[in-house]
Amino acid sequence: MSEAYQPARILNQGSTQEKAEGARLSNFVGAIALSDLISTTLGPKGMDKILQSPSNLLDSTITNDGATILSSIQISNPAAKILIEISKVQDDEIGDGTTSVVVLAGELLKESEKLIHKRIHPQTIIKGFRLAKDIALKKLKEIAQDHSENEEDLKKYLKKIAMTIFSTKILTPYKSIFADLAVDSILRLKGSTNLESIQILKKTGGLLKESYIEEGFVLDKKLGVGQPKRIENAKILVANTSMDYDKIKIFGSRVVVNSSSKLAEIEEEEKKKMIRKCQKIVDHGINVFINRQLIYNLPEQFFTDHGVVSIEHADFAGIERLSLVTGGEIVSTFDHPELVTLGTAKLIEEIMIGEDKLIRFSGCKEPSACTIILRGSSKQILDEAERSLHDGLAVLSQMVKNPKTVLGAGCTEIIMAQAIEEAAKETSGKIQIAMEAFARALTRIPTIIANNAGYDAEQLVSELKTSHYKGNNTFGLDVTNGKVCDVQELGIIESFLVKKGMLLKASEATEMILRVDHIMYSAPRQRGMN
Amino acid sequence: MLRYDSSGKPFIIIRDQDQKERLTGSEARKANILAAMTVANLMKTSIGPLGMDKILVDQDGEVTATNDGATILKNMQVENPIAKLLVELSQGQDDEIGDGTTSVVVFAGALLEESLSLLEKGIHPSKISEGYEKACDIAVQHLISICDKIEFDKEDCSSLIKAAKTSLGSKIVNQYTDKIAKISVEAVLAVADLERKDVRFDLIKLEGKTGGTLGQTELIDGIIIPKNFSHPQMPKQIKNAKIAILTCPFEPPKPKTGHKLDIDSVKKYKELLEIEQNYFKKMTDLVKKSGATVVLCQWGFDDEANHLLLQKELPAVRWVSGTDIELIAIATGARIVPRFSELTPKKLGKAGMVTEKSLGTTDEKMIVIEKCSNTKTVTILVKGGNKMVVEEGKRSIHDALCVTRNLIKDNRIVYGGGAVEISCSVALNKASKEIKGIEQYSIRAFSQALLSVPIALASNSGLNSLEAVSEIQLKQMKEEKPFFGIDCLSKGTSNMKEQNVFDTLRGKIQQFLLATQMAKMILKIDDIIRPTGQY
Repeated sequence: MSEAYQPARILNQGSTQEKAEGARLSNFVGAIALSDLISTTLGPKGMDKILQSPSNLLDSTITNDGATILSSIQISNPAAKILIEISKVQDDEIGDGTTSVVVLAGELLKESEKLIHKRIHPQTIIKGFRLAKDIALKKLKEIAQDHSENEEDLKKYLKKIAMTIFSTKILTPYKSIFADLAVDSILRLKGSTNLESIQILKKTGGLLKESYIEEGFVLDKKLGVGQPKRIENAKILVANTSMDYDKIKIFGSRVVVNSSSKLAEIEEEEKKKMIRKCQKIVDHGINVFINRQLIYNLPEQFFTDHGVVSIEHADFAGIERLSLVTGGEIVSTFDHPELVTLGTAKLIEEIMIGEDKLIRFSGCKEPSACTIILRGSSKQILDEAERSLHDGLAVLSQMVKNPKTVLGAGCTEIIMAQAIEEAAKETSGKIQIAMEAFARALTRIPTIIANNAGYDAEQLVSELKTSHYKGNNTFGLDVTNGKVCDVQELGIIESFLVKKGMLLKASEATEMILRVDHIMYSAPRQRGMN
Repeated sequence: MLRYDSSGKPFIIIRDQDQKERLTGSEARKANILAAMTVANLMKTSIGPLGMDKILVDQDGEVTATNDGATILKNMQVENPIAKLLVELSQGQDDEIGDGTTSVVVFAGALLEESLSLLEKGIHPSKISEGYEKACDIAVQHLISICDKIEFDKEDCSSLIKAAKTSLGSKIVNQYTDKIAKISVEAVLAVADLERKDVRFDLIKLEGKTGGTLGQTELIDGIIIPKNFSHPQMPKQIKNAKIAILTCPFEPPKPKTGHKLDIDSVKKYKELLEIEQNYFKKMTDLVKKSGATVVLCQWGFDDEANHLLLQKELPAVRWVSGTDIELIAIATGARIVPRFSELTPKKLGKAGMVTEKSLGTTDEKMIVIEKCSNTKTVTILVKGGNKMVVEEGKRSIHDALCVTRNLIKDNRIVYGGGAVEISCSVALNKASKEIKGIEQYSIRAFSQALLSVPIALASNSGLNSLEAVSEIQLKQMKEEKPFFGIDCLSKGTSNMKEQNVFDTLRGKIQQFLLATQMAKMILKIDDIIRPTGQY
């Protein structure tokens, strides 16, 4: 046969493609492998993972947080990448549920793999899944409880939610302490979702339970040398200006001198310029000066002489928080003291946490920013605690905006699954099979939770299902005792937004992966020798 | 390649022929056609509301999942020259019409496939070309004769929405077609000049944002810039804003000519210092004096200037991109000012509201400029569960926008769902009987090729494709109505008029013309020379 009849190669050298069944298989395998990998971390008894960075073997992270695990593993499978992406978005948007979203997507894909084996077209499956998703979402909205009216109530629920979140993390033994911490700091934000203004300081030493929320604000910096360690009724100027050597910014200017005496003169002038700037700053009538940039010895000396305490090199986030807390504006020019709003604090003092010296601002004008001090015996523990706390804070901050809750511990999943099954009975055609598959995938989540806790999962979940059929719609899994019980009494409550995000994102990603029947890989970019 | 001179000695026409791969005559043609068919077959499964998507992994491992023909082909890293031509073909359709990029490739592939059997009968390629040309003419004539007109105006745009829905039906956004079609049409109508039948696409901005679902995609009457105010304490909301747009940095000037400024005495040092301090004051004073209440700048701010702006109560945004600047200038009626000294009250733009909004837990901020005074400018904020969905959503909305624009330019439509293709095919079959000679064969082949799109449509929808298509053919012939097509979504009727599935006439004509042209071009090639062994 001549060359003309051979299959035409149209892609570049090194590019590969996978078609139809092959493509689908590779998608399923990749996505399911990823979700299996992460499913063991689900639930209160889920396990942690060690992540080791490829460049530095000593630098390892121990975590239970889905988004953190997924963002650190190197993946080339495109479907798995889509799952990683949804987990990232869930993290950005809501902050928690990053594991369950991937697990649900994985379970949905497992179910659809079975359906495809039964010769059901992917588009039919998608149709069924969409229908099922809509029903589940409707049910979810129905069972969600709104707590926006009563503020006291809200606080109680926030704490419960925080406890549910922390119970799956390293903070479990002290979840009550941390839940209080989280709720307290979130309520200070007064509805803002800007988590930046909650500062989390990690200090090794001590125990996790010794963590506390600092009344006021703590800056991880030191006071200038020889300056008082305690300032009462502070007037604070928060600035962002260069206090090292204040060069002239006019382009192309440079110093050219022909004798050392002239050099000395110019140097003198430079110093004077700096002193003048310092004088202007002092003229604001302040006793504390905080700068984002470095403060050199000369200005520091000047400030000390004039009874102004200076703090150098507060980073950008620190400066913004400070200006939030003290109510002062961030200043870069100093010609009009009358126009500048100064920050105030009743007391600024240097304190010791562990072995480190820190500066505490208390009695501030606007207590909307605060600091949580985390203590723990190792860096890994602290890092994990910070991630867990961040998850909790993120969810709570969204909760304040949208205070709706649903029951946790697998209860909600079962309710949604049963709503879908109910509706499936009235739907004819292959869509019905897809809907049932969706319901099964949802039921898998409590199964995995029970499995991870080491119980007879199938037995427990079927008991759970039966109790729901009997009308006990508040029942869920009690993983501490391995029983089915009333979740409402246990107080395991989750945010409606987390569940909604999980449901929507997982089904969107599943749909996206199911729609694919062809994968084309470009040749990897050639790494040059340089 | 060897030729022999008069004395029988061979001489070489093409050098280094051992290093070149060469195919000639019918072999070359067949290789070309095969390559084109491979590409077309690849695209076939993406046609129609139940078509599938493709995942493309690029050189750096980034994933794109899409259903858009032009995007698939563009990112495919094609090497074969014929396949490259098809990529161009789809690009051509995309640039000109913006929709139907998949069908055009499938159709071109089918034309070539049909010509394969004609070639085997011994018909000369240029005869085939001629026949195709003629057939294309007849088909276009027929299209014009069967087209319908839709009516719409600013108030009643339901017919436009229906057209947009057809375009969106095959994409991942199809569960929210109603909403997204409405948004697309409203966006186009907002900027359209119905009298001149012109739509300025640059006034519609597509901004993507991960988070939420595609259903939360919204139309914003104004412009969004993904930036924040330069100083955290600037006011977050400005009503009745007067906007100054600057393309000069709030920094001491940097003359472009090379120069050196030497400081050799204390006096000079002091002078320079004075000048520097004054620069900032002068800049902010000039801005303030012009009456501006918001400053948008293409460049950066010096710390000191930034603070002065705060002190003078001038909220400012730095590093605004050039395209955004232009858009804002058009929308607010502002003039882009390259120097502070040229800033006058007349050159300021006006907007009803400028706000800084934050989204999600990561606290990303964006600035929304609403109620612009001058031209209508709108932004479509596309949301989705992940990056890939958002990107695909943007592409789909772009297609829908194009369709709507085309309808505003030319409100003639033809029916979709394969209805026009079948109708043209029937018409061509009829016409071919009155044409003498070899052309008849080509015309029939063309008519057969036309069926490729409805066949693909039917088989993607899980129907028995040949049966379904022939059934429609019969129905069309019997009732002599061109609006019967493939009932992809099992709605129970093949009447596309009732299903509201239609395409623009312009788009269809363009598809036929471009595909025919491409097929003719490929048929004309009878020699492929390419160097081998370079890998």
